[in-house]
Amino acid sequence: MAQFRVCPDSGFYFDKSAESLMKANAVAGAVCLLIAGILALGVILTRWQEVHLLPADLFYQVLTGHGINALIFWIIFFEMAILYFASSTLLRTRLAAPKWAWAGFALMIVGAVMNNVAVLQGNSSVMMTSYAPMQAAPHFYLGLILFAVGALVGCFVFLGTLVIAKDNRTYEGSVPLVTFGALTACIIAIFTIASGAIILVPTFLWSIGYINHIDAEMYRVIWWAMGHSSQQINVAAHVSVWYLIVGILFGARPMSEKVSRSAFLLYILFLQLASAHHILVDPGISSEWKIFNTSYAMYLAVLASMIHGLTVPGSMEVAQRAKGYTKGLFEWLRKAPWGNPVFSGFFFSLIIFGFIGGITGVVMGTEQINLIIHNTIYVPAHFHATVAVGTTLAFMALTYLLIPVLFRRALFLPWVAKMQPYVFSAGMTLMILFMLGAGTLGVSRRHWDMDFTGAALSFEYPGTAYTMMAVAGIGGVLSVLGGAMYLVVTVGSLLFGKKLDEAAGLLQSFGVPMASGSYNVEQPERLMMAPKLAVEEHGNGGFEAPGTFILAMTLLVCFVVYYFINWDYLASVWPLS
Amino acid sequence: MSSFLPPSERIWWKVPVGKEEIVWIGIALIWSLIMFFMMPYWHIYGKQNLSNEAYQITAPQFQAKVDAMVEKYKVGEEAGIPIVRPPAGSDIYMLGRLWQWYPIFELEKDQSYRVHLSSMDWQHGFSLQPVNINLQIVPGYDMVVTMTPDQAGEYTVICNEYCGIGHHTMLGKIYVKEN
Repeated sequence: MAQFRVCPDSGFYFDKSAESLMKANAVAGAVCLLIAGILALGVILTRWQEVHLLPADLFYQVLTGHGINALIFWIIFFEMAILYFASSTLLRTRLAAPKWAWAGFALMIVGAVMNNVAVLQGNSSVMMTSYAPMQAAPHFYLGLILFAVGALVGCFVFLGTLVIAKDNRTYEGSVPLVTFGALTACIIAIFTIASGAIILVPTFLWSIGYINHIDAEMYRVIWWAMGHSSQQINVAAHVSVWYLIVGILFGARPMSEKVSRSAFLLYILFLQLASAHHILVDPGISSEWKIFNTSYAMYLAVLASMIHGLTVPGSMEVAQRAKGYTKGLFEWLRKAPWGNPVFSGFFFSLIIFGFIGGITGVVMGTEQINLIIHNTIYVPAHFHATVAVGTTLAFMALTYLLIPVLFRRALFLPWVAKMQPYVFSAGMTLMILFMLGAGTLGVSRRHWDMDFTGAALSFEYPGTAYTMMAVAGIGGVLSVLGGAMYLVVTVGSLLFGKKLDEAAGLLQSFGVPMASGSYNVEQPERLMMAPKLAVEEHGNGGFEAPGTFILAMTLLVCFVVYYFINWDYLASVWPLS
Repeated sequence: MSSFLPPSERIWWKVPVGKEEIVWIGIALIWSLIMFFMMPYWHIYGKQNLSNEAYQITAPQFQAKVDAMVEKYKVGEEAGIPIVRPPAGSDIYMLGRLWQWYPIFELEKDQSYRVHLSSMDWQHGFSLQPVNINLQIVPGYDMVVTMTPDQAGEYTVICNEYCGIGHHTMLGKIYVKEN
């Protein structure tokens, strides 16, 4: 029975059930992003002290919902779509156990709804981290557990699909780099979900009264093995998406398969240790443990990210130079398709992730420097650079690529799509930089009122802190606008976008397979190895990507300078021992 | 184009690596090692380190220690909270609870104090402003940090771990006096 269709534009083969699952997961993710975005507006307009929109109880409720929907639900739904794409589509194989995949999807939906309902009911405003002994309603935890189990099923479907592809010899040689990166994300996801089960199952039992005590410090250590690792799934996933985008847009090939894959291997081995970042100023944990873990064992995962930071734009530069953009150091970059949101989204994701997210993450993850940063608003500034720009914007860029390919629709309001990465990145960068500044002045995260209204004692932040939070507020509103533009384009494309196939109808856009006539391929042709280059481009001893090398060195200089500025700042505070 | 195609060489791990990649990996590795060794270096030569000294303790036990200290060294009261002036070098106890840091301290500049911190209920964040020293305060644990205030003035302890609806009202004070 024929179950594949071939996309006439991209040449990708889509397995019928994998295709429906990708659509369903992507749409579910976009719905969660919509919720997260609306709630984001409530958060930022309250933190902007002159506006101070919401009352305290509503603020904490909204902040809880924003965190969970943005950091967990949106991203993991979208990652499921990426896993199915990187296995079934890229390897031209049928999906393993589609019924299990649908069951997993159903569990994720039930879990996400259950958790959102718990937060909506108002007695689970415990923040995303739900630190014991503060207790949420039982279905808050149960929702997260069901969601995680569903995601775990998706991970195993992905692994099963890799096995089927290998058994059926659907590809020649080794799996593509993008699939290798997705496999990295999947392995990290399994570790993450296992840690989540270890802590959330007892916490759930505690919330219904079967366990009488959860040690608060144990909760923190194990919860973060899930909480931080889940963000490491994102890193592996969005780096894979970067490679995919430069491959599709520029025909770029990895500068070195060995280097890029080794960097992913370093992620698998060391990335999860970063859970320690959250425990650096906690009681009862030794400095040896903190230093080893917080540095991913001598910063080997940071090394991996720095490698990807060179090889992703480097591979683009090599491909552009081969096309004749060889003038000076940066013609390859100047002549890039800046009006294409797939490119601009990818490039801003890369730059902001590296320059802001990466550097601030390593600095605040330094054992002693964390003393002057822990729980200040510097922390959410950092992870908005990594997750809201790094991951989310990369996924947004990928969506623009997939709407015509997967949904067979032309982009709705293409000029909005063209502007979107610029508006979103500008808003986020503004918000992030000023939140970093406010954090340095001691402004707290997860805090309703900078004026401390109603407190028995009083404290006044310097005026600069208020100004910074106001500018951050403007940036935040601009980011929400950028997010809304993304949703207008994606939802609009599914509803009103010009159909690219006669066979596709309205329903087909919503997870229902294309008309059966489209699926006319029984077995896709075997995926062959990439063609060999006529002239060996790499390893000939020269510098093939000098522009990228300059960019990388610029990153390093910023990194070194900012790192030591923070040590200097630390040295000025009260001696502690 | 091969980022999403199988590598063009079957034995891809034997393809030589380009020069800028090797140079960059070398530089990045050296930087990684420098950052790693900065942390133990600071433990030896730096002045801002945590002692890692901590004890398991129950809320009533910790409360008793706080009360005994307040009784002994109380010198005044502010907003209903006792002000305590403990001798330099001594063990001092501050607790966090919904929604208060207790008691208020009067310390001497350039003297060291063994500060014990714990929570009576949920998790709290000890955030000393404007110096911006931040510690996580966890119920069931007595965390010991030796602090040496090196500037006189009024310092405020903010709670920066979310602890419910009154979180924003949770403030404490430490006054540092010239000796």
